[in-house]
Amino acid sequence: MDMQVTPAAHDDGYLVCVATNGQMKLFVSEGNPHCLKALAALEATGVQCGVQFVNHDERVVPFLSRPTLPALALPSGQYLFSSNAICRYLFEVNGQECSELCDQWLEWEATVLQPALQQALHMAVLQGKSSEVSKVLQGPINVLEQSLSKRNTPYLTGDSVSAADLVLWAGFFPVLSDSSLTLGEHKSLKAWFDRVAAMNACQSAAQKVLQGKGLQGMKSYMQRQPAPQSSQCRETQPCNSNSEEGGERVVSEEEMEAAALTWSKGLNTCPPATKKQHPILPQEDKRNVLVTSALPYVNNVPHLGNIIGCVLSADVFSRYGRLRGWNMLFVCGTDEYGTATENKAREEGLTPQQICDKYHAVHSSIYKWFQIDFDYFGRTTTEKQTEIAQDIFWRLHERDFLIEDTVEQLRCENCQRFLADRFVEGICPHCSYPEARGDQCDKCGRLINAVDLREPQCKVCRQTPVIRSSKHLFLDLPKLESQLEQWLEKSTSTGDWTANAKQITRSWLRDGLKPRCITRDLKWGTPVPHADFKEKVFYVWFDAPIGYLSITANYTSEWEKWWKNPHQVELYNFMAKDNVPFHSVVFPCSLLGAQDNYTLVNHLIATEYLNYEDTKFSKSRGVGVFGDMAKDTGIPSDVWRFYLLYVRPEGQDSAFSWADMALKNNSELLNNLGNFINRAGMFVTKFFEGCVPVMELQEEDKKLLALVSWELQQYIQLMDKIKIRDALKHILNISRHGNQYIQVNEPWKKIKGGDSERQRAGTVTGVSVNIACLLSVMLFPYMPAVSQTIRDQLNAPPSCINTMLEGNGTFVCSLSAGHRIGAVSPLFQKLEADQIEALKKKFGGQQVFDSAAVPAPAAAVEVGTVNQVDPEKAKQLTQAVAEQGEKVRALKAQKAEKAVITAEVAKLLDLKKQLALAEGKNPEPAPQKGKKK
Amino acid sequence: MALRELSSLEKYLGQKKANKYSTQGDKKVPVLQNNNGPPLVGLVTIACHLAKEAKRPELLGDTAESRAVVQQWLEYRVTKLDSCTKEDIKTVLKDLNLYLQDKVYLAGNQFTLADVFVYYGIHPVIVDLAIQDREQYVNVTRWFDHIQRYPGVRHHLPPVAVLRNRIYTSRHH
Repeated sequence: MDMQVTPAAHDDGYLVCVATNGQMKLFVSEGNPHCLKALAALEATGVQCGVQFVNHDERVVPFLSRPTLPALALPSGQYLFSSNAICRYLFEVNGQECSELCDQWLEWEATVLQPALQQALHMAVLQGKSSEVSKVLQGPINVLEQSLSKRNTPYLTGDSVSAADLVLWAGFFPVLSDSSLTLGEHKSLKAWFDRVAAMNACQSAAQKVLQGKGLQGMKSYMQRQPAPQSSQCRETQPCNSNSEEGGERVVSEEEMEAAALTWSKGLNTCPPATKKQHPILPQEDKRNVLVTSALPYVNNVPHLGNIIGCVLSADVFSRYGRLRGWNMLFVCGTDEYGTATENKAREEGLTPQQICDKYHAVHSSIYKWFQIDFDYFGRTTTEKQTEIAQDIFWRLHERDFLIEDTVEQLRCENCQRFLADRFVEGICPHCSYPEARGDQCDKCGRLINAVDLREPQCKVCRQTPVIRSSKHLFLDLPKLESQLEQWLEKSTSTGDWTANAKQITRSWLRDGLKPRCITRDLKWGTPVPHADFKEKVFYVWFDAPIGYLSITANYTSEWEKWWKNPHQVELYNFMAKDNVPFHSVVFPCSLLGAQDNYTLVNHLIATEYLNYEDTKFSKSRGVGVFGDMAKDTGIPSDVWRFYLLYVRPEGQDSAFSWADMALKNNSELLNNLGNFINRAGMFVTKFFEGCVPVMELQEEDKKLLALVSWELQQYIQLMDKIKIRDALKHILNISRHGNQYIQVNEPWKKIKGGDSERQRAGTVTGVSVNIACLLSVMLFPYMPAVSQTIRDQLNAPPSCINTMLEGNGTFVCSLSAGHRIGAVSPLFQKLEADQIEALKKKFGGQQVFDSAAVPAPAAAVEVGTVNQVDPEKAKQLTQAVAEQGEKVRALKAQKAEKAVITAEVAKLLDLKKQLALAEGKNPEPAPQKGKKK
Repeated sequence: MALRELSSLEKYLGQKKANKYSTQGDKKVPVLQNNNGPPLVGLVTIACHLAKEAKRPELLGDTAESRAVVQQWLEYRVTKLDSCTKEDIKTVLKDLNLYLQDKVYLAGNQFTLADVFVYYGIHPVIVDLAIQDREQYVNVTRWFDHIQRYPGVRHHLPPVAVLRNRIYTSRHH
């Protein structure tokens, strides 16, 4: 992942300086067969152009990193670096445009002949295997021979020489003119070749380039060429096709027998995993796994990004871990201290504590709806937090890891407060980006000290803040750096750190660590216990990660068994990538410096970003989906979980799209997964009176068992490595295999046949319903409710759940012959296009206009076609619009802060939009110039 | 693949009558059955033929120079891009990135077939790039995003998110 250093081409010593002055110039090198083409074309056309011979490894074309010759510098300063394009150009300048036939030959030469020639020349010139040359060239030679003899014209495209003749002649020249190569009798080819070769232009070009040395003249050129690839090139696959679906894996005999053997083993006799017993504590003989997800900040309603980035990913993994029989503890909570809370409190006219109480409840209920199965969901504003944070502080202080320094801080006299980093904006001192934040520049990514910003502005009132000094404490990161590096080396090499987590951490270390301020001039925070810093609180970066410990301490008084027990406990941190440095550098330094045998992170799992449709997520414009709105969509929590996990930004950014969500629901859940499970259950019910039939495995069934077992193994390998999105694909592959199996075997027809056919229908049905049972187990981490529903419908024995995910995965027959299943019903519902369109509109948001530019409802004359008219809702909304309108007018009359007014106007617009929808009108402002699209 | 590209091009050109294609050889080189003459073979050759037939010669460049540049990139597509290995990809991206530094389109200021087919060819590469790499090759990304949003071009390919539009803001402050 090392960043490639790209030297500016213009600094490169090799680069040949070209003074074009509007003159053309052709650059060629001796012994380069491609230069034959260009020189021959130049002479044949008589175009005025300077020629310069250069060495093979001189870079003439400024934008190409590998030396490429010939190259033609055009009067405009552009370069042509393809010999065929150069020939084509020279002919066109001379008034001979390429015909379609000429086009075709040129394309054939580049795509078919050249790869074969390169291989042939490589063998003949460098490997001395002249005898094999004819084999390689036979195909292209035959094509040319046939075409020439069929057309019966002197030249390739007709009666006169074209660019194609020179290009193909030059291609064949080295091999056809060398008497040591025997290429067989090709009458038409020979006649054409001799005709072209007799031209003065060709003779002169050949002399210049090869100087009569034949193949040996090309040796130094050939030595510099990369060895030709054999014909296996990377086939450009249509990337929207799922490669896993395409190729059928070849299954070996052994695999089939192994799968059949496992199948026959049946369920574990050991009792299924018992219910969780709180408090969960590390156990001697178990794998003890502590899972945290980044603490969501309390003043915001979490949105889809938060949910997939942290809590949902961590939930899937801890559910999976429990199935694997690991001893898991999953903790999380709201991060409640800091300026943003103070600010929100001011906005809503509440105390910070009231804000935290209010939003903590909001978070809790959202996560509950998403079925996030925390063992404990706490908060940071507790006594334990103060106790533990102050303890860590004193330990750092005693060990001399804190430095005192005076800090210049920005204070807005107008707002009467010190400005937190995010409340100041200005010009980046590094890259001059005009909208850099006080802590970091969004453009160049560098960290910024707020006072270094040029032309700083208070984000709330746009006044220029003043610099005030204040005494603060710093964590001495440089002093801890070598310890940190040692620990990181070990943790990243033995644990599962995502690539981005490693990369971000490395880049922090590469830049060198600097002391980091851990105190702030605020009220709402954990108080600094030191007498000299009485009025100050801990900065959230220092304080918030300690929340993991204090939240666990609120869960159990024996919290230290988790957090001061690195030998027994493995710690997994889940987060979005913007949080990485604080979990990989800053917090570990606090804990290392405190020297109290803390459990440090072993596995750091960071997601990339999730985009929303094509537009930027915006709170003020109401664009995007927030956690509390997801349930109002009427789409089940399990389907939300499925889709978010399906597009989990794992390894790269991804996008949430309504249309795609509907598509995945309808194609993967409904038609693939749901369809298979439902069919399997329905066959048992309809054809076998609800009892699983006797199964006698044949080759084909064993092959399916082997395919399914392989997918199961992949799933387990990926889940162990927290590749959650990738693992999900293997679940869907299993049901795809299952559907094919049913489709091919047609049990609904066989059941009407004779005894042996009925027996076959029984086996196919029995195997299918057992696969459905396996799927319910594999689905459990992703879709817990659906998973339970399937097992209820199949009346599956509870022990199936801990049997199948043992070891590398064991697909056993858990519903044996005679097992009675329950009532079967469909699992998923179709998402209709109009439903999705309405949701897209609802959450799509509108531009925020200045209130003066807000289109009056009457302007929205176009009537939407898909909107449902809802008079009751319209009534309520009319009321709400009136109230909100009053509020905005009042704020304006009071000359309230612009940010506040803007936010309220946004709410008003959103209400108006909803009202328009409820009235069946199109909420879009009438387009000014015709319709889009 | 090539056939899907050609059918997307036909749609872009607004051609109503469906052309008949077949393929040739292991590499599935497209072949156009031509009523008025012998069949045309090769992606580039057929694409240029379609543009001429649709009376859109500007798509092939409007000067001798730009026509050569367009042909050069079309050739680059079917040679370099289509056979590039994992190791080559970095070079390809680096070169293109430098080339596109001062250009809107591959042939300068004018949208041409070169943009269409290099876009089709490079799509799988861009899909596989990590976001960090997409940011490293910022000119390629800019051009790519521009072309994928060019009306009527994208057709058979899924859109690739190349910009960081965060759905959520960072939790701290």
